[in-house]
Amino acid sequence: MIDRRIQVRRGVEAVLAAGIPAAGILASASAAFAQGDAAVASAAAEKDAWIDPARVPLLVALIVACGLIVAAIALARSGVPLKIRKLAALDAVDEAVGRATEMGRSVLFVPGIQDMNDVQTVAGITVLGPVAKTAAEYDARLEVPTSRSLVMVAARETVQAAHFAAGRPETYNEGNITYITDEQFAYVSAVVGRMVREKPAACFYMGAFYAESLLFAENGNSIGAIQIAGTAEPSQLPFFVAACDYTLIGEEFFAASAYLSGERDQLGSIKGQDFVKLAVAGVILAGVALATVAAVAPDGGAASLFRSFQSALGG
Amino acid sequence: MLQRTIPIAILSISGIVLVLAYFSPFTQSWGEQAVDWFNIIAGIAYILGGGNLLRVNLEKISAQRPGWAYAAITVAAFVAMLGFGLLKLGAVPSEKYPDVHFAGDYESNSAPYGWMYWNVISPLGATMFAMLAFYVASAAFRAFRAKNLESVLLLGTAFIVLLSATAAGAYLTGWIPADSAVGFMRAERLRTMITEVVQTAGMRAIGIGIAIGVVALSVRLILGIDRSYLSKDGGAA
Repeated sequence: MIDRRIQVRRGVEAVLAAGIPAAGILASASAAFAQGDAAVASAAAEKDAWIDPARVPLLVALIVACGLIVAAIALARSGVPLKIRKLAALDAVDEAVGRATEMGRSVLFVPGIQDMNDVQTVAGITVLGPVAKTAAEYDARLEVPTSRSLVMVAARETVQAAHFAAGRPETYNEGNITYITDEQFAYVSAVVGRMVREKPAACFYMGAFYAESLLFAENGNSIGAIQIAGTAEPSQLPFFVAACDYTLIGEEFFAASAYLSGERDQLGSIKGQDFVKLAVAGVILAGVALATVAAVAPDGGAASLFRSFQSALGG
Repeated sequence: MLQRTIPIAILSISGIVLVLAYFSPFTQSWGEQAVDWFNIIAGIAYILGGGNLLRVNLEKISAQRPGWAYAAITVAAFVAMLGFGLLKLGAVPSEKYPDVHFAGDYESNSAPYGWMYWNVISPLGATMFAMLAFYVASAAFRAFRAKNLESVLLLGTAFIVLLSATAAGAYLTGWIPADSAVGFMRAERLRTMITEVVQTAGMRAIGIGIAIGVVALSVRLILGIDRSYLSKDGGAA
């Protein structure tokens, strides 16, 4: 603030030195100064605000979504029967790991190329738990090459937990979970090289993937591995669908760990996802109906209702 | 007990703080601090990662397992890049502080670190990326086989989109009057319809599903329902 006052004063002095009428300059400077103060005060008030008004609609949507999911978890806990749609990709985990055991080959799990601050990596690591447990039960070798050090640490914890849960802590080998490099294509070449040399019988790609998705999937296909992929990168999904045996698309990927765990609480959260989807579909249908009526009769009540609907959703 | 409670508490508090920071400007700095903490932990974890890389490759060299020469190259490259980067060996002196060695620019092409990055790592990465073109062709060859109704639809859609992106599309359908009843049959109009209506609808459906999935996963993790990431007695599964 002091710096700004000095700047304004110096500016005024410079203009006066140039011979410009003093009264006009001082008036403009003072107006600009007042305007600047108001802007600074407004910015400070915005920074101190408890809630960002522009994000209120999203906050309401988040509260409703969380409420529905928690309600579904509570329902599941109370013993209400749950009907969860079968996911072929996840039902194939046993088959894939079993095949690797029979063939005496390893299972490869790639948790994407992002760090633990990416929700897709978190989802990938939560899927790693049940896959590692199945591998421990079948006594199959599970290899997890990672492109981030923190992911390596999290993957080790997860795989160790899975071996304990399977009742086979002695078979846990942290040497199978390795850090390669943060560099995208250097990581890809290391993993693809390992795939071609060691020929794993089953490959899992669960996490955030970019250009490397097809490099992994096509090489996995060329060595005849069963491939199961899951990502929330819409641009990479077509590549996985084309080259893998099974693909978890979007929400299925985030539901995978809950589905594989088989616990009632976690299955309840999947049911909660369905409730939220139902609510979203209802809102979309209402929006489409209102927009259609508003387009047909732009001066009617439906049009103003549509505008209110839009502003309520933050549009 | 502690192995279960403390990680869940850290995760829950961090998750709640980050959500609050998004909606409340007052708590924005809390979120920034949480991100700073993450960066510090990730930096420390890098020591573990680098140590692991060295251990695995040195073991391979020591046991002379198949491919040990690659491991030797990896170790040499890792040590060289680490040395040049950390010690700023051969860095171009800074114009402002020419006498301060660590103020030098080590990413410049004239410095060993920058030279190795721009002349070795970058071209190798570009080579891997370029190979993608061949993999796209082989994946497309398999995906576009007309095996059933769905694959026929996929093939037809891909054919229209690819054709309309070339001069042949305009040449073949350019004779159709744009303002006639069958104007929508022009290649560029068909492509626009496919990419902006059909594809956008599908992508938005996937996007909504992903957003809901992220919320559900976050609820499970913040409430401590999903504990598959906890080791030993902390693990649930």
